[in-house]
Amino acid sequence: MYLNKFLRLALVAGVTSAAISAASAADITGAGATFPFPIYSKWADAYKKETGNGLNYQSIGSGAGIKQIQSKTVTFGASDAPLKKEELDKSGLVQWPMVMGAIVPVVNLEGVKPGELMLDGKTLADIYLGNVKKWDDPAIKKLNPKVNLPSVAITVVRRSDGSGTTFNFTDYLSKVSSEWSSKIGSNTAVEWPVGVGARGNDGVAGNVGQTKNSIGYVEYAYAKQNKLTYTGLINKAGKPVQPTIEAFQAAAANADWANSPGYYQILTEQPGDKSWPITAATFILMYKEPADKAASAEALKFFKWSFEKGAKMAEELDYIPMPASVVGLIEKTWASDIKK
Amino acid sequence: MSDMAIDTPRAAAEPAFDRAKALSAFKLGDATFYWLTRASAILVLLMLGGIIISLIIGAWPAMRAFGFEFLWTQRWAPSAHPTPVLGALGPIYGTILTSFIAMLIAVPVGLGIAIFLTELCPPFLKQPIAIAVELLAGIPSIIYGMWGFFVLGPFLADTFEPAIVSAFENVPILNTLFAGPASNLSLFNASLVLSIMILPFITAISRDVFATVPPVLKEAAYGIGCTTWEVVKNVVLPYTRVGVIGGVMLALGRALGETMAVTFIIGNSFRISSSLFAPGTTISAAIASEFAESDGVHQSALILLGLLLFVLTFCVLTAARLMLRRLEKRAGA
Repeated sequence: MYLNKFLRLALVAGVTSAAISAASAADITGAGATFPFPIYSKWADAYKKETGNGLNYQSIGSGAGIKQIQSKTVTFGASDAPLKKEELDKSGLVQWPMVMGAIVPVVNLEGVKPGELMLDGKTLADIYLGNVKKWDDPAIKKLNPKVNLPSVAITVVRRSDGSGTTFNFTDYLSKVSSEWSSKIGSNTAVEWPVGVGARGNDGVAGNVGQTKNSIGYVEYAYAKQNKLTYTGLINKAGKPVQPTIEAFQAAAANADWANSPGYYQILTEQPGDKSWPITAATFILMYKEPADKAASAEALKFFKWSFEKGAKMAEELDYIPMPASVVGLIEKTWASDIKK
Repeated sequence: MSDMAIDTPRAAAEPAFDRAKALSAFKLGDATFYWLTRASAILVLLMLGGIIISLIIGAWPAMRAFGFEFLWTQRWAPSAHPTPVLGALGPIYGTILTSFIAMLIAVPVGLGIAIFLTELCPPFLKQPIAIAVELLAGIPSIIYGMWGFFVLGPFLADTFEPAIVSAFENVPILNTLFAGPASNLSLFNASLVLSIMILPFITAISRDVFATVPPVLKEAAYGIGCTTWEVVKNVVLPYTRVGVIGGVMLALGRALGETMAVTFIIGNSFRISSSLFAPGTTISAAIASEFAESDGVHQSALILLGLLLFVLTFCVLTAARLMLRRLEKRAGA
């Protein structure tokens, strides 16, 4: 399991260095979020084989990506946390969602299989607030009458670094718990009331894997690759859902992209019987009036290609491609907003 | 003879000429050497000064925003509204506590190993033990972190900590110091790993200085009927205390500043808990886990933490120097 993680890290590192060394003046340049980096580089690789045009994407973090596009050193920026419409207009930027992922709670409980445990938002928030301290708390028992829950303390695992995952997770908790929203709020890093902090998604995954009776939250891909015990969640419609590609896509399809200015949508707690409640999109930022129109057109060609031909690759890496209806909207936005 | 007579002036003239040249070459070489070494020494001072100045510049916004309250505020809320509330008490507490516990374990054990190696060890064991200790020093700190995470942490959480917690359940003070719930990542885990990491520094240096004790002194002490313990206590340790304290201070410096291993296993929680089995954080661990995604006053506060660690280490070194001087005076009197 750990070896596998190292291999993946090595692969990512290899791809990074290859991407950097292969970069030339003609390449599309972009910078930002680390979460979509694996899929962007996979797309870029296939795109280069097909068209001969390369992509130089620096995964330096969402905040840094926004700073880079604002200082116009790259053709596009990428961020896990969307910018508000006012901020976009102020900088003359266009924003759209590129690909989606989901965040799942993971637990380490002896005898409990993946998907067996069910939680709702309120209970999850209470665990992370320190109100629910033991696994056999009535709140958890009520949701899981058939599961044998031990009377032991819950070890809460959360991120110690700032992260887009935390932004979306705490946004979800704020929506489902008034106590969370008034005491803690949502951000890339918050003032955690309880728990141990681990660095990165793999840090949280490793910690939960190691610590008995623990709970954590990770991007779905990490839960799958590390074979962690994910839980089901009760969604906004009050229905229990399991983390599956279909549930993530249902959340995304229910999202009202058409009526959100600047595609400002946080995909947590979406309506719909089948929607997974903690789904997140990662966004691309580009200038409406780019200084280098040719580079901008090249970048758009790449994104168009990725939407059309990249869906399967995204699913292979446990990402959720944007639904066709949303892609149509985005392409209209390109045509109307970005000067060619 | 006549040849010799003819040769001699020439031979004499040549060395005279050579000597002047050689001397000036020596002089030049000496001056170059002097300036090279001097430049190296000055470079160290410049770098140190540069680091201090850039730390102060970086930390200035946080200093202005929080003032001295930074030192005794426990809350660490970079995203608090309307302005961030950041305090260094948690990391300072964690840094001092983990280093203190690590020294508590590593100093007696490290000195014990060194004494055994120099005074009591059968020769065939000497080399293997010495090499093993030195190998400990060569292991990268991330490996210690992984070992603490994958091996020591689960053992502590599943076996050791529950036993201790239940043993001291009814003992006042100890039952708050060793309180549950057991956690893989804790101040105690970090302290244990730190103690193993600094052990080789103490052992290697102590062993080297113990070896400098003149055999005559020890033999004389044994001759008048001293036990090994008395020889160590009255001859070896007094003779070598400067070196031993030097080794201990070097180890303390490493413990205070250790980053990677500690970040892995301390749990990165800014809350101060009375229990050693609870997660905590240290200054360097806080910087390592938060710096990349920080900006504005948050980043400045992290730099200020770095400056505080710098000051803390400086204070420790100064205290060590003062202690040595006092010891020397007492020995002289």
